[in-house]
Amino acid sequence: MAPILEVRDLVKKYGDFTAVNRISFSVDEGEIFSLLGPNGAGKTTTISVISTLFTPTNGDASVCGHSVLKDPMEVKRCIGVVPQELALYEDLSALENLQFWGKMYGLSGKALSDRITEVLDQIGLKDKAKQRIKTYSGGMKRRVNIGIGLLHKPKLLFMDEPTVGIDPQSRRAILDSVKELNRQGMTILYTTHYMEEAQELSDRVGIIDHGELIALGTQEELTRQVDETDTLVLHIAENEDPQPLVDRLQTLDGVLSAIAIDHEISIVAHSAQELIAPAIRASEAMGIKIYSMDIREPNLEAVFLHLTGRALRD
Amino acid sequence: MQKLLIIALKDLKLIFRDPAALILMLLAPFLITLGMGVVTGRFSGNATSGINSMTVAIVNQDEGELGKALEAIFKSEDLADLVVPTFPITTDEAHRLIEADEVSAAIIVPQGFSASIIPDEQGNISGEPIQIAFIANPNSPTNAGILRSILDAFLTQVEVGRIGAEVTLSQIAQTGKLTPELAAQLGEALGTQLAQQSAQAQPIQLENTTASGAAVKFDLLMYFAPGMALMFLMFAVTQGGRSLLLENRTGTLPRMLQTPTSSAQILGGKVLGIFLTAVTQLTILIGGTSLLFSLDWGQPLGVFLLILAAAFAASGWGSFIATLFKTPAQVSNFGSVIMLIFGLLGGSFFDISLLPEWVSVLSKITPNAWGLRGFTTLAGGGTLGSISEPLMALVLMGIILFAAASIWMRRRGLTGM
Repeated sequence: MAPILEVRDLVKKYGDFTAVNRISFSVDEGEIFSLLGPNGAGKTTTISVISTLFTPTNGDASVCGHSVLKDPMEVKRCIGVVPQELALYEDLSALENLQFWGKMYGLSGKALSDRITEVLDQIGLKDKAKQRIKTYSGGMKRRVNIGIGLLHKPKLLFMDEPTVGIDPQSRRAILDSVKELNRQGMTILYTTHYMEEAQELSDRVGIIDHGELIALGTQEELTRQVDETDTLVLHIAENEDPQPLVDRLQTLDGVLSAIAIDHEISIVAHSAQELIAPAIRASEAMGIKIYSMDIREPNLEAVFLHLTGRALRD
Repeated sequence: MQKLLIIALKDLKLIFRDPAALILMLLAPFLITLGMGVVTGRFSGNATSGINSMTVAIVNQDEGELGKALEAIFKSEDLADLVVPTFPITTDEAHRLIEADEVSAAIIVPQGFSASIIPDEQGNISGEPIQIAFIANPNSPTNAGILRSILDAFLTQVEVGRIGAEVTLSQIAQTGKLTPELAAQLGEALGTQLAQQSAQAQPIQLENTTASGAAVKFDLLMYFAPGMALMFLMFAVTQGGRSLLLENRTGTLPRMLQTPTSSAQILGGKVLGIFLTAVTQLTILIGGTSLLFSLDWGQPLGVFLLILAAAFAASGWGSFIATLFKTPAQVSNFGSVIMLIFGLLGGSFFDISLLPEWVSVLSKITPNAWGLRGFTTLAGGGTLGSISEPLMALVLMGIILFAAASIWMRRRGLTGM
């Protein structure tokens, strides 16, 4: 498949701060490509540059065969954007929002009204289309936010963390709609800091941290990097300070890295099985009670931990 | 152009759906104008335009010509639509009328008032001039103020005449050709002339005359209504400017920039939105005050052009202010301050000609001053030609401010990045 998006040595600086540093990747037509990384990694900046919102400091990107530097208007005609923050007019109804944004994408007349009907059906808000956005729940607002990005049937859809801050039911609905859109032929560039979302949706994943693309490939290709390791996860009491135990665990033989997130300690080791007994002994010696433990197969979280020494949610 | 209209109409819809904005854009100027009307007694009489039913009690204890002249002024046809005089016999009765809130003021002309000013048959004046007493009703401060102005104008006329007569007599006396008999006759003649002049004097200008010579009634609301409309116009335009920053913050501006729309189109649409909001606000206020307060704003074409010009200049200010700040709250706060300063400087509260000259010069940077001048000129029967200067000044102001705003915006970038 031909790439619908090619990013070449993209750099974006704000003064002395480098938000995106020499990123290169491509997205093939018809695939779901995820940019996975913690908050502040540079995902949104990357999308903002590719969608012509910001001018790159260096490098270029080609979208649908058009350079973002030389032909930004053609790039904008080809893409749809679902921003991370809800970009809606709260005092307008969903219908009025869709009408406004449809017109901004050049739709008018019957084509616009037909497309609005389809989108309202797709996002399941046909019955409440005339209600003002400010009366909607967070999940409903998210759906309108997505609907706007779909109005002009873009070839390439950018979805920037579309599930942030919503309930599990709405999240499920959004993930299903992403898969459905892709099934209908839409190419999707999806950014997230949720490892599970990237795992569920993506054909390929780019892992981004501190503005740099540190890994790129299919999930199999990425997890192969940590293929000979397991992750042992210890759950301790919420009122316990995990750090002394983490420091102790890192000194054990066979431990590659250990990290605490809230009351959960993740230990990457060559053999998690062999680490169970030493870990329990260490916790007993320090008077920290382990409530439960589990061993996880290699996943994108482990890849990130392996590559950065930090958790995705850091 | 289509994109500009799409953005502008969306902004217009949004601002007219904001209850807080509606209160300040439309309700507040209406209510303040209404309040001014009540305070000035505009609504207490019949439904015709103009100030009316200013009741005054005149106790004339003077037997001379000046007392009669003062009575004649308040009974004159010129003031018939404005003042309703009553003539109680005693000072106590006048006090009672004030306490009963039946009159706005009382004027007491003491015995011997004329004699203290007009020379007698021998050319003599009886002692120091006796003073007229003016008693204001505290419940009708504005009406009392206007009545006081009429009285002051009469007294000024009397004083000018008295000094003139004294000078004439003394100059003739200095020639040595004035016999005592002649001096007496001359003094009496001058005194009578003085009384007649005072009675004929126009103490307060209540009628404006159009170019065609037709009389147009003066109405204080024709000053307050445009004054308030123009002051709150500044609120509308700063709200418009604020929306540019607000849209940047809420993400709708970046989202617009990700559609096939240029920065220039978006900025143009936002500015057009501010302008349309301003035009709509002024049109509603002018139409509303015409219907509710029976105001005659003057020649419709002139009013229409003045609305466009004032909205254009104010929109220039709104856009310029938006470029000076980084947050919507800053624009809101500064906008409120500017609204009040421009209201004061521009004459929305009182006539700036009463203030020092530098205030009048400074007021020329405000759309309020030029707009008010144009609207009051039209309301006074002015033609399109007579408002050409305010029109040109407003358009020029708008062009300069829009140019400054666009240069600054281009430097900073639409999203401030």
